[in-house]
This record gives sequence, C-alpha cells and structure tokens, in this order.
Amino acid sequence: MIDLPRHNAAFCKGCFNVYVHDQVSRAIKSERMFGKDDRILVAVSGGKDSLALWDILLKMGYKADALYVNLGIGGYSDVSHAKVVKFSETVASPHGAVLHVHTVEQEAGAGIKELAMLIHRPTCSTCGTIKRYQFNRVALEHKYDVMATGHNLDDEAARLLGNVLRWQEEYLDKQSPSLPASLDGFAKKVKPLFRLSERELAAYSVLNRIDYIVEECPMAKGARTLLYKEVLNRLETESPGTKQAFYCGFLDKQRKPEVSPTTMAEKDQAMLHPCSVCQQPTTAEVCSYCKMMARAKTHSV
Amino acid sequence: MQVQLSHPSRTIEIKGPKKAKDLFKELNLVVEAHLIIRGDELVTEDEMLYDQDQIEIRPVISGGT
Ligand code: SF4
Ligand SMILES: [Zn+2]
Ligand SMILES: [Zn+2]
Repeated sequence: MIDLPRHNAAFCKGCFNVYVHDQVSRAIKSERMFGKDDRILVAVSGGKDSLALWDILLKMGYKADALYVNLGIGGYSDVSHAKVVKFSETVASPHGAVLHVHTVEQEAGAGIKELAMLIHRPTCSTCGTIKRYQFNRVALEHKYDVMATGHNLDDEAARLLGNVLRWQEEYLDKQSPSLPASLDGFAKKVKPLFRLSERELAAYSVLNRIDYIVEECPMAKGARTLLYKEVLNRLETESPGTKQAFYCGFLDKQRKPEVSPTTMAEKDQAMLHPCSVCQQPTTAEVCSYCKMMARAKTHSV
Repeated sequence: MQVQLSHPSRTIEIKGPKKAKDLFKELNLVVEAHLIIRGDELVTEDEMLYDQDQIEIRPVISGGT
C-alpha cells in the first residue's frame, strides 16, 4: 500500500502501477513526446528516476534503449554501473532493449574529478558537458528519434521556483518537458516523468523491485536545489497538490497566448459602470459597498 | 523497533507500538520526502509499527546539480 495525499487515496501495487503508467501516458500525449514507432534513448544513472523511466516505457510497449555514462567516481560509479547492468540484463533485455555504455576514463584517460581539476572547471559542470555530449552523440550515431531523461515533478518544480525567484525569464522557455529537435541535428528531448513526484517514483521502484542506487553521487552538493525541494515539500505536506498546481499551471499558462495588459484594461472598462446608489464604478447594478451598507441598515433596525 | 536512516547511514532504536505518522513527527521528518519500508513492503502513514519490526526510512529527494 502507498498513500498519495495529493490524490486523497491509498493504492495497492496493481492500482498504483496503473496510476503511474496513466500519468506517464498523459504526459507523453499532452506534450506530443513520441509514438510507438519512435526509437527512444533513455539516459540512465542507476538512480530511481531513470531506471523507473526505462522500466515504465518498456512495460508500456515503447521501443526504449538506454545510455549509461560511467564517470569514474570511485565506488559510486562501480555500484551504479552494476545496478544498471543488472537491470538491463534482467528487465530490459527480455524486452529486446539495448544498453549503451560510455566510460569517461577510457576516452579521457581520467575520471571526471581529475578531468575537472585539469581544466579548472567545477566537477558538475564538466560532468554536465560530457553527459550532454555523449547523449547527443549516441542518439545521432544510432539514429534515435528522441532522448528521454528521468526528471520528475520535484525536479521541475524546484527549477521553476529558482527561475521565478530570480525572474530568469530567458530560462522559462527552456522548461518545457518536450523540446523539439534542433536544426543542428540534435534529437528531440523529453521528460516523460514530469507529472510524477519523487516520492511516487521511489515507491514505484520499491514496489516493482527495481534495485537502484539510494546513495547520491558524492559530488552532488546541490544545496540550493535541495532547499527549494524542501520548501516545496513543506508546502505540499500542508496542502497536497501544491507542486503539481505550481508546475502544471505554469505549463498551461505557457500554452495559452498571453492576454495583453491593454486588452485587460479594456475589458475592465467595458464591464464597469457607475453604481446606481453612490456613482462609484462597479460591475454590478449596486456596488458591493452599498449592498453591504444596505444590509447593515436593515439588520440594525 | 530498529529504524534504519540514511544521510548519514545509521540505525536507531524506537519504542513501539507506534503509528507511522507519529514516528515521522517524532523524528521531525517530512512525509513527502520519505518512504517507510518494512521488509519489502511500503508502510502507509496510518499503519502501526511494532517492537519486533525492522523499519527503513528511505529519503527520496535527490540534490542533482
Ligand atoms: S552530482 Fe555532479 S558529478 Fe555527480 S553526476 Fe551529478 S553532475 Fe555529475
Ligand atoms: Zn487496488
Ligand atoms: Zn566537438
């Protein structure tokens, strides 16, 4: 059993899987991500989100292969690599899916930490560049139609909160869960898990016996992301559904053409006329102030 | 009951019986950021936990980049 406060319900394993697949299917359709004939490349890290994504897509009948990038971060990379290979052999292979592996050390002669030190860049930004590059390269070389990542509702809501707090509007356009293929030959990028929370994805992994790596990459010090997630989860606990309303509301707004301020003012003006009692502008026959005062008088008698 | 926690990894002893919900409160943990696992089953907030149980409270939030 798992309870989902934002849906005011508790589910058994069977019904929860139906719920998860349904949310992913709604995400794929509403954002026109891909169809049953498209070849999908999933970026897997060994964590719960990406392995759950691969699992879900295969069980829903999509053609999904995966790419794992071994970063050469000591024990963390050894363990996550082993978990990905195990999942690939036991779950993905029977579906006919293939796992691609890129090992940073093999090509660069050093792990990600040493490499970052050599070029005087922060480890995570070096890592980001390498992962993006390899993801694109494998997608092009093997002619995949779409690249999919395991970003979930918490990831996207936290990122949106960060961008909104600093009004980084130029980043808001890039927050769509479905980015079209670019002219220079990059494949389309999608995030099919954007409707599911991190807790739901962890629950899916536990219930379906997906053996993922619980510990985090030792380089992960996304203090700011964690803070945003924590704040959002406090709000979520107080009023379930907040995260979804925040992120999905943003997507809805982006889809609709904006109402310009002039038309809003015009609309207002068209609806306003003087109150029949006091002459102040109102949209009703008698303004709410006059109505209230009239009521107060009748009651005080 | 034995309760296994992460970040940092440690095991603590808590007196049962106790509702899962109250265990969260006692440890000052946010429900939305954790799962309670008993054996290989998930435990809901309203379920009872007993002295002989082995419990894992698993954080589900990752920092990423
Ligand atoms: S935390 Fe940094 S180094 Fe680790 S996987 Fe993420 S981006 Fe790469
Ligand atoms: Zn059921
Ligand atoms: Zn190049």
